Amino acid sequence: MPILSAFFIRTSLIYLALGFTFGALMLANKGVPFGSSIWGLLGSHIEFLMIGWIIQLALGVAYWILPRFSRGPSRGNELLPWLSYVVMNAGIWMDILSPLFREIPWLPALGKTTQTVAGVLFLVHAWPRVRPLGK
Amino acid sequence: MVALALRILQAIPALAQSVPFLSALGPVYFHLFLVGWVTQLIFGVVFWMFPKFSMERPRRSENLGWVTFWFLTTGLVIRVIAEPMNSLEPGSTWGWLLVLSALLQWLAGMGFVINSWVRVKAK
Repeated sequence: MPILSAFFIRTSLIYLALGFTFGALMLANKGVPFGSSIWGLLGSHIEFLMIGWIIQLALGVAYWILPRFSRGPSRGNELLPWLSYVVMNAGIWMDILSPLFREIPWLPALGKTTQTVAGVLFLVHAWPRVRPLGK
Repeated sequence: MVALALRILQAIPALAQSVPFLSALGPVYFHLFLVGWVTQLIFGVVFWMFPKFSMERPRRSENLGWVTFWFLTTGLVIRVIAEPMNSLEPGSTWGWLLVLSALLQWLAGMGFVINSWVRVKAK
């Protein structure tokens, strides 16, 4: 697999481990309460698993296996998906860390906007690679 | 299918109000869908299709793969039963079953990460 896919997928595995850890702590705390502050992990649990794990895994696998071009760079413009990787992770951490920076009330919105930009960057890269066989 | 069926039952107001167990199933529905279906599907496809670890052990550890499957499945099933029961009877044995469910699912997640990490190889 290309190195960018390895970056996307290994990063997604780290988020999976974090997301499962936070989820397990919250579930255990629901059964046998040991700290009310544990519920503060809910936002990170969802963010890590939905965006960090599932979406990044999908982007990494898509970059790897979508049809390639016969002329020029086989996977097209590589800059856009690399930017997407960096911007996506920046967006995730802006969102995750926003509770620590309450003096910046627009940080969660910026994080989500950044993630959307990352999605658009990947879309622009992947769009021409999604085509029927022989085209 | 179980998650979707559960969603139907929850959408019937009279039923949801008269059966307290059903109204406590909100998180269970999400996790049946996201862990029971989405996560298991991803785990299965990754175990099947990711680059081989080696010629002798293409999927690294088949045993760890099976342990991951059974821990995730068992942990989720325990949650499906224990979570609504715990909300109806807090502070009972159901609470400890939730701890067990959390531990099993966490171990499954870590097992998957360990088994898959080395199969993510750049060429």
